[in-house]
Amino acid sequence: MSNIVVVAEVRGGQLKRTTLEAVTAGLQLAQKSGGKVIAIACGSGLDGACAELAGSGVHRVVAVDGPAFAHYSGDGYARAVAEHAKAAGAGAVLMAHTAMGKDLLPRVSALLEGSIATDAIAVACDGGTFGATRPVFAGKAAMTVRAKQAPFCVTLRPNNFAVAGGGGSAEVTKAAPPAGDLLSVVKEIVASATGRTPLQEAKVVVAGGRGLREAEQFKLIEDLAAAFGPGVAAVGASRAVVDAGWRPHREQVGQTGKVVSPPLYIAVGISGAIQHLAGMRTARTIVAINKDADAPIFKVADYGIVGDAFEVVPALTKAIAEVVKHK
Amino acid sequence: MDIVVCIKRVPATDTAIKIAADGKSIDPAGVTFELNAYDEFALEQALRLKEQLGQGSVTVVTIGSKDAQKELRDALARGADKAVLLTTDQWVFDGASTAAALAAWIRTVPCQLVLCGRQAVDADNNQLPANLAARLGFACVTEVAKLTLEGGAFTAERDIEGAREVLTCRTPAVISCQKGLNEPRYANLKGIMAAKKKPLEEAAAQLPTPALEVVSLALPPQRAAGRILGNGAEAVPALIAALRDEAKVL
Ligand SMILES: Cc1cc2nc3c(=O)[nH]c(=O)nc-3n(C[C@H](O)[C@H](O)[C@H](O)COP(=O)(O)OP(=O)(O)OC[C@H]3O[C@@H](n4cnc5c(N)ncnc54)[C@H](O)[C@@H]3O)c2cc1C
Ligand SMILES: Nc1ncnc2c1ncn2[C@@H]1O[C@H](COP(=O)(O)O)[C@@H](O)[C@H]1O
Repeated sequence: MSNIVVVAEVRGGQLKRTTLEAVTAGLQLAQKSGGKVIAIACGSGLDGACAELAGSGVHRVVAVDGPAFAHYSGDGYARAVAEHAKAAGAGAVLMAHTAMGKDLLPRVSALLEGSIATDAIAVACDGGTFGATRPVFAGKAAMTVRAKQAPFCVTLRPNNFAVAGGGGSAEVTKAAPPAGDLLSVVKEIVASATGRTPLQEAKVVVAGGRGLREAEQFKLIEDLAAAFGPGVAAVGASRAVVDAGWRPHREQVGQTGKVVSPPLYIAVGISGAIQHLAGMRTARTIVAINKDADAPIFKVADYGIVGDAFEVVPALTKAIAEVVKHK
Repeated sequence: MDIVVCIKRVPATDTAIKIAADGKSIDPAGVTFELNAYDEFALEQALRLKEQLGQGSVTVVTIGSKDAQKELRDALARGADKAVLLTTDQWVFDGASTAAALAAWIRTVPCQLVLCGRQAVDADNNQLPANLAARLGFACVTEVAKLTLEGGAFTAERDIEGAREVLTCRTPAVISCQKGLNEPRYANLKGIMAAKKKPLEEAAAQLPTPALEVVSLALPPQRAAGRILGNGAEAVPALIAALRDEAKVL
């Protein structure tokens, strides 16, 4: 009978799509635990985001809304979430494994003296005990854990759960941010490269490696990404090309870069080193284009084309653009 | 400023992983271990802060096996003043109990700043620093890629999805370090010699029962065998068909 809390992420008044994935996981767990799903959102001016949450299938929404929370504060938000999760009788607390989720949920678990598993790709509830499966050792193994201490806090790898189908109109209760000093607080958010789809949230990631030979040739990768239409695809890179200075570090996929798990990952001129695989092997569908038929990337790819990127990619870009146009 | 740097000895990133017979841990045979790469950024930042302030101390601490003496010695050789090994013969994978044990130890020493790596690349938890901060009641910023200290307060920058956050952070604080923060120095001969005379203390770690139990450790879910669709641009129509009709991603 334990309830499930989903911690919402709201940025610039917008509810993050990954929160709706967490709602899906929450509803799955609630069915097994026999409890309800309570969403908790922190911020300032949350009405729009909470209206969306209320219609996402959750049973109740708590909005901790006030000017003190206009900017993210890890310690402040954690105190609020812990207080309301406790009041909600949470057996499990879920949040997306985003920059905010990985910063916030470990604090919440500490304040509640619970357990925590991060970057989960599956969650479970068996006979009242919560658990999760998560990649470890850079994706070279998968660890399944069971909670020994409640509440079980878990962050979910983006793109691993479908977005909640929606439904219902849950009641929204408002609460004020807790009193007390904020120890750390965001004072500014500097948008990088405006208009780009964040790598971890993109539906499609087109990544290029050293096989592209020079920085200028990344135009091929950008064109292919653009062919999917606005806001769909993001450009990724291997460490080799980031180290060479062809691409910024924020585009690096892999163990020392970002972990992405999109529905579609296209690797162009990337050999598939273990450290690169660590960042993309849980993508739903992987496509590899490489001129070397023995490149290790083909071992994890669902579909491969052996060939020269300079010939294959323009043809693929054209073909994708055709498909998108006729959709 | 008295700085504590938390480090962990982890399998080298290019090591092959074999699952042990118990199905819950790795078989350490043939695995090379090394200092967790992100902890090198933490140590470097501590040394730079001490240099900037011209006073204070840098203590490295780890919860791990006796083998971790090697990584602690390396940290001393790079410039840390003191090392502490909180011993256990278990693999510590559980963030909650590890944070509890570290917090218990940190409360016994002078400390205004704890520096950590963003993630230990064995369990890939990325959770200890924030967990620890909440237990200590310290301020905290995670995955910091730029850090400045002025007038007793930190300004830290971290990457979030599609943007960069600039935060202010008081002391005492826990800060976790991301790649890009600095270029770690290596130990030179003089440092290695000096390290031999620096203190390396050992005590048993006060680890509570883990809050999580490992049910299984297994090879990653196998991906269904892939297909080479052909050579060159001629294979593009087959790829489009597969993506649309089979994978249903178009
Ligand atoms: C501690 C550590 C951390 C690391 N972290 C990361 C990480 O986060 N991310 C990461 O990516 N790497 C990481 N690496 C580096 C990794 O080991 C590889 O060196 C790197 O991924 C290789 O990049 P690449 O595939 O672009 O280059 P290469 O390995 O050089 O591969 C280039 C590929 O392009 C193909 N090719 C060449 N020409 C063409 C053409 N005309 N058309 C098509 N294909 C072509 C080649 O056949 C080859 O397979 C890390 C390494 C270490 C030690
Ligand atoms: N056993 C440990 N002993 C000391 N510090 C640790 C230990 N485990 C993790 N840390 C620190 O916490 C950081 C994040 O680790 P983790 O949350 O386990 O991914 C690491 O980079 C270390 O700085």
